[in-house]
Amino acid sequence: MLAFWKLYRRNLSAVLGLAILLLVFAVAATAHLFFPDDPFRLAGKSMSPPGAAGFLLGSDSLGRDIAAGIAHGAKTSLLIGLLATFVAVVTGVLMGALAGYYGGWVDDLLMRTTEMFQTIPSFVFAILLVAIMKPSIESIVIAIAVVSWPAVARLVRGEFLSLKNREFVQACHTLGMGDFRIMLGEILPNCLSPIIVIGSLMVATAILIESGLAFLGLGDPNIMSWGFQIGAGRTLLRSAWWVCTFPGIAILITVLAINLVGEGLNDALNPRLRERT
Amino acid sequence: MNALLDIRDLHIALPEGSQRPYAVEAADLQLAPNEILCVVGESGSGKSLTARALMGLLPKPHVRVAKGAIDFLGEDLTAVSDARLRQIRGSEISMIFQEPMTALNPVMTIGRQIDEVFRFHAKMPGRERRDRALALLADVHLPNPAQIVRAYPHELSGGQRQRAMIAMALALDPKILIADEPTTALDVTTQAQILKLIKEMQAAHNTGVLFITHDFGVVADIADRVAVMQNGLVVETGPAAEVLNAPQHAYTKSLMAAVPSLTPRPARPRSEERVLEVKGLTKTYRGGGGFFGLGAPARIVKAAADVTLDLRRGETLGIVGESGSGKSTVARCIVRLNDADSGEILLDGVDLRPLARAAMRPHRAKIQMVFQDPYASLNPRTRVGRIIAQGPMIQGMDAAEAEAKARELLGIVGLDERAYDRFPHEFSGGQRQRIGVARALALEPEVLVADEPVSALDVSIQDQILKLLDEIRERMNLSMVFITHDLRVAAQVCDRLAVMRYGKVVEEGPTAAVFADPQDDYTKALLDAVPGKSWLPGATVAAQ
Amino acid sequence: MDHFTRRIRYVLKRLLQAVPIVLAIIVMNFFLLQLAEGDAVDVLAGEAGSATPEYMAELRAKFGLDQPLPVQLVLYLKNIASFDLGYSFRHEMPVLDLVLDRFFATVLLMVSTILLAVGFGVLLGLLAATGLNTWRDTAISIFALITYATPLFWVGLMLIVVFSLTLGWFPTSGMENIAAFHEGWDRVVDIAHHLVLPTITLSLFYLALYTRLMRASMLEQAGQDYVTTARAKGLTERRIMFVHVLRNALLPVVTMAGVQVGALIGGSVIVESVFAWPGLGMLAFEALFARDLNLLLGIFLLSALLVVAVNLVVDIIYSTLDPRIEVS
Repeated sequence: MLAFWKLYRRNLSAVLGLAILLLVFAVAATAHLFFPDDPFRLAGKSMSPPGAAGFLLGSDSLGRDIAAGIAHGAKTSLLIGLLATFVAVVTGVLMGALAGYYGGWVDDLLMRTTEMFQTIPSFVFAILLVAIMKPSIESIVIAIAVVSWPAVARLVRGEFLSLKNREFVQACHTLGMGDFRIMLGEILPNCLSPIIVIGSLMVATAILIESGLAFLGLGDPNIMSWGFQIGAGRTLLRSAWWVCTFPGIAILITVLAINLVGEGLNDALNPRLRERT
Repeated sequence: MNALLDIRDLHIALPEGSQRPYAVEAADLQLAPNEILCVVGESGSGKSLTARALMGLLPKPHVRVAKGAIDFLGEDLTAVSDARLRQIRGSEISMIFQEPMTALNPVMTIGRQIDEVFRFHAKMPGRERRDRALALLADVHLPNPAQIVRAYPHELSGGQRQRAMIAMALALDPKILIADEPTTALDVTTQAQILKLIKEMQAAHNTGVLFITHDFGVVADIADRVAVMQNGLVVETGPAAEVLNAPQHAYTKSLMAAVPSLTPRPARPRSEERVLEVKGLTKTYRGGGGFFGLGAPARIVKAAADVTLDLRRGETLGIVGESGSGKSTVARCIVRLNDADSGEILLDGVDLRPLARAAMRPHRAKIQMVFQDPYASLNPRTRVGRIIAQGPMIQGMDAAEAEAKARELLGIVGLDERAYDRFPHEFSGGQRQRIGVARALALEPEVLVADEPVSALDVSIQDQILKLLDEIRERMNLSMVFITHDLRVAAQVCDRLAVMRYGKVVEEGPTAAVFADPQDDYTKALLDAVPGKSWLPGATVAAQ
Repeated sequence: MDHFTRRIRYVLKRLLQAVPIVLAIIVMNFFLLQLAEGDAVDVLAGEAGSATPEYMAELRAKFGLDQPLPVQLVLYLKNIASFDLGYSFRHEMPVLDLVLDRFFATVLLMVSTILLAVGFGVLLGLLAATGLNTWRDTAISIFALITYATPLFWVGLMLIVVFSLTLGWFPTSGMENIAAFHEGWDRVVDIAHHLVLPTITLSLFYLALYTRLMRASMLEQAGQDYVTTARAKGLTERRIMFVHVLRNALLPVVTMAGVQVGALIGGSVIVESVFAWPGLGMLAFEALFARDLNLLLGIFLLSALLVVAVNLVVDIIYSTLDPRIEVS
């Protein structure tokens, strides 16, 4: 673990990303302390610019506090990003492992499914799913996971395909080891690095999808979200630029930080790759 | 001597923090026109970097020439400008490489890749360039040059690709040809042809050839002079006949002693007890086809066709053949890694072929495998002790007993007991292969199937592993199926030989008989192609 | 067999492979939309305010909505085979007409986006890789990193604030200035003027993607053995980079461009809704809230066909770049 941190530390931007990410987590965790009230509540004069009327980042047309929205929105983004990624990774690993290991019709089915997902516009598919299931945290998480798992499955399938023919796996067969144990105990530990990397990058994508859905009005109506704030503020572009601008920056910074962390993990987990570039 | 190339006191520095400060240290080498100088050494000896330094192809900026001079007809190649170096490359000094597949650009036709040499070094009209390219391809005995010119690298065989590389290298009649292990990736019969071609072209053009190799057999076949390198130092140089037959340096002597002799070892009495019988084993691979015939044409490869083998108690049966002969398929079918289509695999009278996985499990312990690649055959995330103890535990041994056994086995294969708690990456290739042997032995098998167990190792390590296998076979009364492409290794290890080609066993018999009086034409061709067959390394060293 | 016939076979094979996928998409979307609560008649009735159950049943019978699911599906498949995508109750128009009406706008946006994103992505990746670890590389990498993390809709809004509202260089929305009644060349210029901001918005993310991919791909290829061979032939670094490395490095970028077409249509829903660009994406969004089943199915089918078509073009391009294609 310490050795890993030493490797990770060599990439400065990754450390910066981690610091920002921790800050976002801190904001999400303390949102209810600094902004104890419902972020949908009318907090004061509407359309106040940043700094005015006690609003750090201004207020929107209904007098809602932008800063409070961003703090509470951080919770939403992280929660949905992590949950959706978790579901997608678990599903993807399961499907990819089975397809790669057993080949045959399992593999065919998976590959056809993946091709289909590549042909379907995935964001449109997510919109459709959320609309059908009615917008809620659960439906958004499911929708994001549904459009995200094929990428994981493809990656894991590829890893399993190449690892299952490696001699150390063959050796396990000659020892009489069972399939399940070979998959879980021998192959999976050897493809954890790429799974961790794709997982971390997927959190970023999930946050972007969530914000897109919320922007189009498909967010959970009961929780504050950055995408919702921007969607609600888009009609005020001309008169109140801050309503759209600050939540957007929040998304940008968070996603950027996660991407940096993902790259840092990639570098640290595959040291040879970094030497090359 | 009228030297073409004079390397004096060459130092090639490695980046800081490397195992040693210099990859090559104080190297002195000379190359005369119309001469083949072989630089021999094991991996890490610095032989390849020396060759690259001549061409200014060191992986800059990490590895660089720190000191010394490379005098090429009065010019110091370590000091000339980049532009001049580019002029020299490809026209006055050219180079061929080990892997002709990756050394050619996959998306460019052979014709264009040859054409580039003309275009960059000689001003001549397109028509003449084309004619010269065709003539070159004919010179290196490629069939149908007009077609080869339009072909992409993947459409040629390994040997054809290397011929095309040679054609490209010789396009402008260079004074020096550097050949970096040019036959290592090729089959032995192809290797013999390419060596012949290099000699022929060298003689026709008076080229000086700097030939890098690890194989003393190849040296014996091709070298006029030899330089032996060890850990960056040139330890011995001299005319081929002298170095090969009367080596002076201890390292050269030890290297040569490690080269297996082509004289088969004395036959041992054959046991009556049949351990493993393979009867009519057939395995067919199908590829391509499908999709209304629009895919690649369906390829049906008979990897094993009606293979019959008979292994007696305590015996080592060698299966020899070139790549694609089906020898590995047979091995994998025997240990049930692949399922054969038909035939019988009788181990102690029980047919293993039709057994389902669960039914096979109790028989697994009796037949174990040693793999080729010491870097791929051990799980990098599992500790060595666990790798060895795993087998007995799967077969029902309790953990403490399995651990004790694993520790004992580490000793038997010549490793420190402390290896038990370490990870595979902490060991060298030879040590890893020992771990692989220990894993196989942990189940106390009757039959050990070894699939090219030494082909990825340096010759001195190879010798140690072969000795280890021999020792273990004696000690445990093992019977062994030994897959190899190397007839020298086969001669020293195997009691009997089965020669395979295109999935069929073309000849089978006692090793000495097969070597002395081969019956099949293919066996004859194989034996004929063994590099350095007229040179007897064991004899000369022993005689000293 | 020569390279050309092999390539044709390859393209035909890819075309055939797309058929089951398109079929699967039709079937899947049909069932998904069945899962939604309420059908078009509910929507119509809801809009009308008061509709008797008898009238609704009558309407359902009229549109075949009272039939069992498999029958509805077979009916739908049959209709599609005869290019009949059904009728939009909401717009009171055949779906095909509606969809074709919007098709051009989306194709225009997509083609300009792909050209911009791939073109500049390759260029920037090349510039970054050839100037490895210089300020140029750093600047391009930071640019790619930031645009890769920016939500599309936000970029769109910010571009509107800066270039439309503040500077007044580009229009805020729509595809053309209808009130101006431009014709001929004037109309083309007008549409191009409207196209600039949506295209930039939609391409930024993909531009970042291709830039990063191209840079990594160039660096990977630069370490290959054939580059050493090219050097040993005495070629200049320029020629090695632009003739040998470039073509090999383009392969993964072209593959990725094909893979990303589906995602691009997803992005166009957002961009079209931000810029009120009258394409399929906006139509899909409107249809979704109107619960216009047939229309949605039509849009999905058409966008899937569009993706298949673009993928085919990408495959053809790829097969001219990589002679090994018939091997795999």
